[in-house]
Amino acid sequence: MIANLAQLAAEETEQNPLVPAGPELLVGTIAFAIVFFFFWKKLLPNINKVLEERRAAIEGGIEEADAMKVEAQSVLEQYKAQLAEARHEAARLRQEAQEQGAALIAEMRAEGQRQREEIVAAGHAQIDADRKAAASALRQDVGKLATELAGKLVGESLEDHARQSRVIDRFLDELEEKAEATR
Amino acid sequence: MSDNGCGFPAPGLQSFLFKPLVTVGGFEFNKVMLLALVTTVLIVAFFWAAFGKAKVIPGKLQMVGEAGYDFVRRGIVYETLGKRAGEKYVPLMVSLFFFIWIMNVWSVIPLAQFPVSSVIAFPAVLAAIVYLTWVVLTFKKHGFVGFFKNVTGYDKSLGAVLPLVMVIEFFSNLLVRPFTHAVRLFANMFAGHLMLVMFTVASWYLLNSWLVVGAGVSFVMTMAMICFELFVQAVQAYVFVLLACSYIQGALAEHH
Repeated sequence: MIANLAQLAAEETEQNPLVPAGPELLVGTIAFAIVFFFFWKKLLPNINKVLEERRAAIEGGIEEADAMKVEAQSVLEQYKAQLAEARHEAARLRQEAQEQGAALIAEMRAEGQRQREEIVAAGHAQIDADRKAAASALRQDVGKLATELAGKLVGESLEDHARQSRVIDRFLDELEEKAEATR
Repeated sequence: MSDNGCGFPAPGLQSFLFKPLVTVGGFEFNKVMLLALVTTVLIVAFFWAAFGKAKVIPGKLQMVGEAGYDFVRRGIVYETLGKRAGEKYVPLMVSLFFFIWIMNVWSVIPLAQFPVSSVIAFPAVLAAIVYLTWVVLTFKKHGFVGFFKNVTGYDKSLGAVLPLVMVIEFFSNLLVRPFTHAVRLFANMFAGHLMLVMFTVASWYLLNSWLVVGAGVSFVMTMAMICFELFVQAVQAYVFVLLACSYIQGALAEHH
């Protein structure tokens, strides 16, 4: 160990590892200068250009994707709005149809009612007229028959007298009144 | 190598001395210089292959290159200086990081097996470049008086201790800083290399001695040290660049 140190010390007088040698400094400078020159002038500008292009390409892609996303979103909203509108419209139509149907039914019902009443009224009128006609016919027949009958019983013709005195009419009216009252 | 009693060839400073491979007109070209130049060639070649014809959709090589580039740019420069102020210094920091890292990695590459950055000249050059950048930048940004205020940490609120603080800060920033910046890298790689050589030589030495088991232990230690060194190599490159960024940040900072 001591011998080693002595050896080192002896060598240090002729070789100090901390003192650079001229030729090596020169070679080192040249070697580094070449590396630096190539990086500075050629290689790094080269790669920087490409990296910039790549960045632009990636950003372009992202922007494109963003734009498409926005578009898709707007289309979706549009569709949703349209769908809601259509639903609304359908509901409205259904409502309208229901209302119309109800109105139609009510109208038809009213019409039916009206027609029925008309028919009924016409029936009544007809019956009335028939009854009146029957009654007047009956009245004449009954009067004639009664007069004929009375004539036969009495033995003389009362026809002319009866026609003039209107007795029969009065009698029949009385009968009718009675019938009305008992009814 | 001197004999220290048992014949063990202990590694020392001689492990960092290289005989010149070729001598051209008095210029001695050695292994370390060769490795430094190969470092340059490797880095430029790799990044040329990766970024030379860069594409928006990257190939495998470009992806690896981008990961490394992004690590330095985003992970170190943007983190310390911010994107806007930092952009200008990205080429310098990227160069520094990969240059230092590969210089360090030579430590565990067979045949090379020597970290270039364990020779002080190389870290010194890089630290000097950062130092010059920092000084020039501070002058440009703050002017002559502002420069001294900046490097001395001038702050009136300190009152009586201000002169003391100013002297300390002046020495710390302007004189000690470049030295520590270079030596931190150098010493780490220097020590790492010594350890590796130590265990490698010991494995071999113990194999031929009566303590054969020791050779196995030593060999395992060598492997462990290689893994550890791989980690340290990357960390030291990272730390060097991080410090460079923080110095520049200090220069850009507004004085209060």
